[in-house]
Amino acid sequence: MMAVRNLLIVAALAGIGVALAWVLWGILTGPAGDRLADLALARVPETGVSNPVTSVLLNFRAYDTLLELAVLLAAALGVWSTGKALPGFLPAGEVLRGLTATVVPLLVLSAGYMLWVGAHAPGGAFQAGALLGAAGVLLRLSGQPSAGLPALPWLRVGVGLGVLVFTLAALVLMAMGAGFLTFPLGIAKWLILVIETAATLAIGATLAAVYLAGEPLPASDAPCRQGGPRS
Amino acid sequence: MPAGRTPVLITQLIYGLGGLVLFLIGIWSFLVHEPLLRKLIALNVMGAGVFHVLIAVAYRGLETIPDPVPHALVLTGIVVAVSATALALTLGLRLGHGDD
Repeated sequence: MMAVRNLLIVAALAGIGVALAWVLWGILTGPAGDRLADLALARVPETGVSNPVTSVLLNFRAYDTLLELAVLLAAALGVWSTGKALPGFLPAGEVLRGLTATVVPLLVLSAGYMLWVGAHAPGGAFQAGALLGAAGVLLRLSGQPSAGLPALPWLRVGVGLGVLVFTLAALVLMAMGAGFLTFPLGIAKWLILVIETAATLAIGATLAAVYLAGEPLPASDAPCRQGGPRS
Repeated sequence: MPAGRTPVLITQLIYGLGGLVLFLIGIWSFLVHEPLLRKLIALNVMGAGVFHVLIAVAYRGLETIPDPVPHALVLTGIVVAVSATALALTLGLRLGHGDD
């Protein structure tokens, strides 16, 4: 029975694979038509940043990025709504503590660099936020129950910061008559930098926060996994 | 097909078909394996395959800047995949600990 089922799955997957390979071949060899690439690349100078990917993310497809930050926020809220955070790990030994003390400041520094360099070279808010999140995970693994995150009221602000700043910027632009998420060229660079900074902090805080697997406890009564029944 | 297009096409095909294979392995693993964790890993492998295909489509040779639109889509997709995985892992954790 299992063998028949597995054979059926393999046959179906082979069919799907051939069909998709045919589609891929068609995409790659077919007439290019009007691709978005040329349009996007031609208009990069109008976006305030010179990195094409950043100009697509933060300018041409700003809606996409705003909603993506909302997805992150929703994921964090979902994780928090499942219950309290798991207890932290035991304090790490000498070696991991030493490593953490060296690597975490480097990660924060690299995040700042990534954020800044995103305007003209590969980099940007998501890469920078991922580095901050990694720093949080490392702190948690080495025995910091809070993963280096601030207390809950501030953490709430941090997790929502990306959506908040992005929406506020869009509404202010709309009030000024430029249109929702339409960045005027003169201030586009600074608007994008402000939004990306807020997004970096929000992404870093969210990624580290979801690693706690629940709503963080107040620092005073955060238990450790150190024998005894879990509260 | 213009001359000079062939090396680009071969690169795109190798990378794109690699992504396609990853996608199929992901579906296979998702269908066959029972534990939630393995299903989640399978979903992520499928996602990685889709990202490979998008990057392959964006590639336009060493002299030409790649298409930035699929690159931005992949960047968006990675973040969404990570957050969805985190939520799914937490839900799985809560389901597995019925005594909590």
